[in-house]
Amino acid sequence: MSPKTLYDKIWDAHLVHEDADGSSLIYIDRHLVHEVTSPQAFEGLRLANRKVRAPEKTIAVPDHNVPTDVDREKGIENEQSRIQLEALDRNAKDFGVHYYPVSDIRQGIVHIIGPEQGWTLPGMTIVCGDSHTATHGAFGSLAHGIGTSEVEHVLATQTLIQSKSKNMKVEITGSLPPGVTAKDITMAIIGRTGTAGGTGYVIEYCGQAIRELSMEGRMTVCNMAIEGGARAGLIAPDETTFDYVKGRSHAPKGAQWEAALTWWKTLHSDDDAHWDKVVTFDASEITPLVTWGTSPEDVLPIDAEVPAPESFQGGKVSAATRALEYMGLEPGTKLKDIEIDTVFIGSCTNGRIEDLREVAKVMEGRRVKEGIRAMIVPGSGLVRAQAEEEGIAQKLQEAGFEWRMAGCSMCLGMNPDQLAPGERCASTSNRNFEGRQGRGGRTHLMSPAMAAAAAVTGRLTDVRELTQDSVPA
Amino acid sequence: MDKFDQLTGIAAPLPIVNVDTDMIIPKQFLKTIKRTGLGVNLFDEMRYDDNGNEVPDFVLNTPQYRDAEILVAGDNFGCGSSREHAPWAIKDFGIRCVIAPSFADIFFNNCFKNGILPIALPQEQVDLLMKDAEKGQNARMTVDLEAQTVTTSDGEVIRFDVDPFRKHCLLNGLDDIALTFEKAAAIDSFESKAAQERPWV
Repeated sequence: MSPKTLYDKIWDAHLVHEDADGSSLIYIDRHLVHEVTSPQAFEGLRLANRKVRAPEKTIAVPDHNVPTDVDREKGIENEQSRIQLEALDRNAKDFGVHYYPVSDIRQGIVHIIGPEQGWTLPGMTIVCGDSHTATHGAFGSLAHGIGTSEVEHVLATQTLIQSKSKNMKVEITGSLPPGVTAKDITMAIIGRTGTAGGTGYVIEYCGQAIRELSMEGRMTVCNMAIEGGARAGLIAPDETTFDYVKGRSHAPKGAQWEAALTWWKTLHSDDDAHWDKVVTFDASEITPLVTWGTSPEDVLPIDAEVPAPESFQGGKVSAATRALEYMGLEPGTKLKDIEIDTVFIGSCTNGRIEDLREVAKVMEGRRVKEGIRAMIVPGSGLVRAQAEEEGIAQKLQEAGFEWRMAGCSMCLGMNPDQLAPGERCASTSNRNFEGRQGRGGRTHLMSPAMAAAAAVTGRLTDVRELTQDSVPA
Repeated sequence: MDKFDQLTGIAAPLPIVNVDTDMIIPKQFLKTIKRTGLGVNLFDEMRYDDNGNEVPDFVLNTPQYRDAEILVAGDNFGCGSSREHAPWAIKDFGIRCVIAPSFADIFFNNCFKNGILPIALPQEQVDLLMKDAEKGQNARMTVDLEAQTVTTSDGEVIRFDVDPFRKHCLLNGLDDIALTFEKAAAIDSFESKAAQERPWV
């Protein structure tokens, strides 16, 4: 047998049919559904009198539109949002799929609850009408976003028409220095390869720094594979993965666990597998990063300065000019001198328990600066409950953070959590596009630790200076 | 799905790289439960000011490009979210073909599901088409999917590549789900085999 990559192995295990022209039919093991990209798909099924082929493999949860106020059970003010949530509720019940309504403590961001409930397992194919489905690749599953027409296709047939992507390896050698996290890894990659660097590829992340990450950190890395243009990001499963999965509600048990484990242990790229593209990073050279512009590739180390548009080439010159105007920044300004109004901790990128622990660590003996709005939005009801149990929630509230209910929140401003025009946010989310967090809002992406540091000082800050060179007051 | 075979129309120039899906259709318009009616909000934040008035110099607001059916844009068009609302808005506006040096993967897929033809061409050829588009409403381009050509207003012919399966579906307006149902037997046998090999799934 010819050597294979992890992607090749998962692809081959799910190939239902291949046409002579290379167009393939791939079986889908898990279909995650949320309220924004599914109503038209369910409507399509109804119009054609079609059923959901595998409701037991379909999991629905509302996340994008849900308010995150603690009293949200009172209802949703925005009529369109309410209609979308009602549609999901009706569709989930009519078609008999698994469903976690807003009132369920297991509700949360779709990409947080899939792994949390053990729906996400190594070697699976997982799709969702959401580009950050790449998150699940952290388990060594082939996971990617699809459009609504494809959502309808998967609902009806449990398959997807695909052509195979190319294989790209991103290796991070060595260990991360203190103060540098999974978010910095994924931002460093996009900063170097660009937002289209992964187009046409499935990326496998590997190397010592990746192996040393927790599952939470691995999910953060894979989550932003799409921001680098890749169809999916993958990390080969190992003991860290198996430890995380074991015992979760929908993970296999007993003899099936043993059988699954035997197969999962074969899920790694063969030594002499062919790679169409290889990129290597030295973990020791990665530093805390922030974005300055309106594309996730606009990444710089925190001790850098806002770049001049003329320092770029081609279409990026005008893009950078436009970005600086939108962001209200002047070339040459030190990133550390940029003052912020808001701090957002949450999203499918950084809304997991480890992220909240990271924030709590930075906030030890410190407070959110007067006048800064700082919010923490746990990724799921269970993450929220765990943080409360660990005492993190109370500490963070005492430090000046708002402690909110689970949802996508300010990552994309489809719910009441939004930036006002001109407001500047240190955000742990994944996209700094124009208007993403609210019309006219200005987003700087960074790790939870860096966002916490910004909350303390009121400006973009190197977390290492805060936590290493000074004794908390 | 609507067929796409040949199109002759006005091409609007949008020389911006990394046009993301939040620019194409901002999140506040994703609350619809319909596929139609989004054209009025295409490029909303570039097209309208804070008071909802048209920004006069945005390309699709200028008299010569209001009826554009082709869009010529910069590299990595459609990056960002998986929202199919982006191609729905483009189509609802009346644009049936987007030409750019490259496209983001999910957006590219979504176009084909909606009777829109995305054409990726080398930068030099996009530059040439951009210049042609900048001539305004008298410069009509022709896109011929069967022949896989774009013809400029000056008669210059540029060939493009397209996946044969997607071409077939677009030319004939085929519904993917109906096509896949023809392979139901293969899906059934895959499912029973997988249930043996990976019963935990």
